[in-house]
This record gives sequence, structure tokens and C-alpha cells, in this order.
Amino acid sequence: MRKKIKQTNKWVNNVKKSIYFDNSATTPVRPEVLSEALPFFLKKYGNPSSFHSTGLEAKIAIKKARQKIAKIINCEEQEIIFTGSGTESVNLAIKGIALKEIKNALKEGRKIKGNFITQTTEHDAVIHTMNWLKEIGFEIKYINVDETGIIKLKELGQAINNETLLVSIMYANNETGVIQPLPEISKICKQKNVLLHSDACQGAEYLELDIKKLGLDLMTINGSKIYSFKGTGLLYKNKNIILEPLIHGGNHEFKTRAGTENVPGIIALAKALELSRQEKNKESKRLTKLRDYFIKKIENEIPQTQINGDKKQRLPNNINASFYGIEGESILLMLNEKGIRVSTGSACSSQSLDPSHVLMAMGIKHEIAHSSIRFTLGKTTTKKEIDYTIKVLKESVKKLRQMSPVWEEVKK
Amino acid sequence: MKMEGQDWFYSKKVKEHFLKPKNILKNEKEIKKFNGYGKVGNMKCGDIMEMWIKVENEKIIDCKWKTFGCASAIASTSMLSVMLTEKKGIKLTDALKITGNDIMKRLGGLPQIKIHCSVLGDQALREAIKNYEKNNSTIPKIDKKIKLNKPKLETKLKK
Repeated sequence: MRKKIKQTNKWVNNVKKSIYFDNSATTPVRPEVLSEALPFFLKKYGNPSSFHSTGLEAKIAIKKARQKIAKIINCEEQEIIFTGSGTESVNLAIKGIALKEIKNALKEGRKIKGNFITQTTEHDAVIHTMNWLKEIGFEIKYINVDETGIIKLKELGQAINNETLLVSIMYANNETGVIQPLPEISKICKQKNVLLHSDACQGAEYLELDIKKLGLDLMTINGSKIYSFKGTGLLYKNKNIILEPLIHGGNHEFKTRAGTENVPGIIALAKALELSRQEKNKESKRLTKLRDYFIKKIENEIPQTQINGDKKQRLPNNINASFYGIEGESILLMLNEKGIRVSTGSACSSQSLDPSHVLMAMGIKHEIAHSSIRFTLGKTTTKKEIDYTIKVLKESVKKLRQMSPVWEEVKK
Repeated sequence: MKMEGQDWFYSKKVKEHFLKPKNILKNEKEIKKFNGYGKVGNMKCGDIMEMWIKVENEKIIDCKWKTFGCASAIASTSMLSVMLTEKKGIKLTDALKITGNDIMKRLGGLPQIKIHCSVLGDQALREAIKNYEKNNSTIPKIDKKIKLNKPKLETKLKK
């Protein structure tokens, strides 16, 4: 016990070399997760496919991890496919279905048919996969969200038809933390007998993951957002669905994803999910309180700001705010100078110069989308850190507004 | 761009000019000191620059600016203002020769995707010089109080 506390304190100190408010980009690995996985690098290094004791040891460990996860998300073991990332899981879910249609069409000597439905604020993993499917001949429909970021359910109902192959709607948004009503979405899909996939990468740490309660046929989770390893992910797939694999090779992962299993990564993923379930309620409560405190402080202490996205239907750790008259990247770098790590969906910090497609889809104007900053709290976040951040934020915003040619106009 | 051993995505010079920008217009009252004004950029791409210059005997002797934009936009306008004023001013003909590339060189380089920011600085300067020349053609003496001919703003924030 004492050793564990010492280990945790050391971890907190390492994490605290900066104030890390970018937990939606990635989380640090928890020491409990790391120590669970370490033996599978050093001692239990076998290939699960090997027909000897060292291999068997790894095979059993993976089986146990799979069982653990199956129990957590309330599914059967063979319904879990381990992958190399959230993005890969998304690709497998969507392209796996598209490729099946392509194969059938080729066999029958006809053109491919069918449509995929998603929504405008999805992660690039979904959007760019869908765009590619459009290029090769599928119809893609994008459902709009309202100004709070929540999907327009009526539009979804109208978009589904008997040629719809899959609906893919994210659980919680990576930029705004806005949570989509999956059970309601599922109801619509079930009525029309259409498959539903959800990218649950951002929700996995804090939200319900029981796929029966959520009503999902496919669900994506990754490790790097839940205090586990980067380069790990999983796809829940209802056993009645057959996906064409993206990666061919050996008979791994029920012939759906070939390649020697990332044994330590799988062990770590299972451990992280297990811990998140144990701490979910308490940690969600703690962070919701801190989040609302943070939002109130921004609104009260910095004039001309707005919080983007629904304030209630939102992840406990997400604050997305726009500071009128100044640009997001400048704020990010000023905070960075003071040891505070945040992120922006806006133009200049990413590889594209367009402002966040998520905020734009919510009807937010260019100039306000350009002014946005995302703070995502985590396990080590304290109230003291938030107070310090508000102080630095106030100074930085003031300084940048002084040099902004639009601030005088905005102020009016 | 070299990344090893760096704690920043930009060069040291960019960092310096972003954190401690030179020649910002701090007080609106200062504006009347200047006899040339330029504004370029738009909200869609997320960069707007305003520049005020004071010209005497065909030389820019003072310059102030304001910028809405990312760190490289702020740093590049700051650097341009230094280039204009560092040797007790610069001849208009020489100022017009400054290119985005020159500003970038002085900043120790910029990431490829950011280059449009620095190009904006020299455009703002050109607009300011054009504006000075326009003002000057009707008002021959510089020491008289000059009513600035503000160019129509490309974008105004909607209230």
C-alpha cells in the first residue's frame, strides 16, 4: 500500500512538471497500468500464437484481458477486436462494412450501392474515412448539429433509408466534450434496422460503456485517452456483423485484424478500462465540479468570452472557450510560456488554416472559432492549478487584446 | 526546421518577438502622429494587420502596428517594424523592396504553413505607403495636420 502511494506521488510529480490541460489529446500512462504491462515486455514476452509454454502464457493473458473488457462493456469475448489505435478501429468499422459491399458488388457484377450516415462534428478519423468512401462511389450523408453541438435527431431519422449500410455517431466530441444521446440515436437506428457505430474514444474514461444500454453494434475505444498506451485500441463488434479485414495475415483477432498481438498494450488497455470503471463516478463528480468552477471563473473574470458547446451534456473534463478579438494559437503559446499546456482547434496550430470544423458546424462565426481554446482536465488536476491558469489567462488575453486590431470593435 | 532540444515550435527570434513585440500601437491617440495607414487580411483566414507609418522626406521614420493572428503573424509584424525603424528609418523606395521572404529570414525561418502570415506584413506596409502617397498628393506639406484616408476595411466584425 505504502509502495503504491509512493509510486502514485512520484507519478503526479512527473506529470506536474507542467499544468497539463490537454488530456483529450492524450493522457499520461498511469503507474498501475504500466506495472501491469511491464512483465509482458521483459519476462512474458511470448508470441500468443506460439505452441509452447512461453506463448501460452501470453495467450492466456490476452484472453483474460479480453474477458475483463467483455465484462465491462457487456459483450462476448469474440466481440472484441484489438487494434493499433482509435483511428484504426474507426477505419475497420466503416471500411470493413464498405469493403463487404464492394466485394459483393464485384461478385454480382454490379455497381456498388449504399450510403453511410455520420454527423458534421465527427473526428477526422471518421470524416476523412467517409470522404474516401465518397470518392470511390458510396453516398455519404452528414447530419447537422444544433448550436449546442448536439445532433439533430429528426434529420437523422429522415436520412436513413433502406440502402443505409451504417450510421456512425461519436459518443463525446473531442473539441467540445459535447455528449451525443446514443440511446436515442440507437432507437432510431433499430427502428429502421440499421447498424450503429460510435467513436467512444473521448467518452471512455467517464461515461457508460455498456453496449447493450447504449444500443451499439460497433464501438471504438483507444488506450491513449484513458491513461494507457498510445498505439492501442479496440473495436467492439456485434458477433453477427462480418467485417472485411483491412489487414490480412495470420488468423489473429478472429480473422478480422492480422498481426502479432500487442500483448503489453492489450494488458494495459484492459487494466486502464478496469480502473476507469472503478473510479468513474467519483472522478466524474470531482471533475464536473472543477469544470463548472473553471467555466464560472472564465465567465466572471474575463470579459467578452463564450463557452462553446452545451454546458450540461458535456464531458466532466472539457472546457472550450472563445476569447473575442484574439487568436487561439497566440493564447496557447502564451499559456505554454507559463507552463500551462492547452490546445486549440483553430486554424494556425493545426496543419490546416481553416478554423475548427466542429465549431463552424455549430454555427459559430469564423472569428469566434479562431479565438477558441480547449482545456481538458485530468486525474492530477487541482483547483489551485485552475486558479493559477485563470490568473495567467487573464494577463495573456489582456496583452493580446492590446495588440489586436479588432478588439476595439469587438468591445463595442 | 530543427526540433531537437527545442521547447518551441518556432525559432528563438519568433519567440522573442511574440513574447515581447516591438512597436505596438498602444494608444489610439498616437494615430494622429502618423501619415500613412494600411490594413490587410481577413477573419476567414484568421489574420488581420494594421500598420501606421510616419514619413518624412521620403523616409519612414516611425511605425506602429496591431495584429490579430497566430504567434508568427505577431512576430513577423514586429520584426518588420524593427526592419523599418532600426537605422533611423528607411527610404520609401527601400521599404517597398522588403519582401515576406526578407522578414522570414530575419526571423530565422517559419514553418511552411505559416508563411502566408509574414507575407501579410509587407502587404500592410505597401498599403500604408500607398495611403501615404494618396494623402500626400492632395496635401503637399507633411507638417500640416493630415486627415487619414482610412481604406475601407475588408472585414469588420459584425456586432
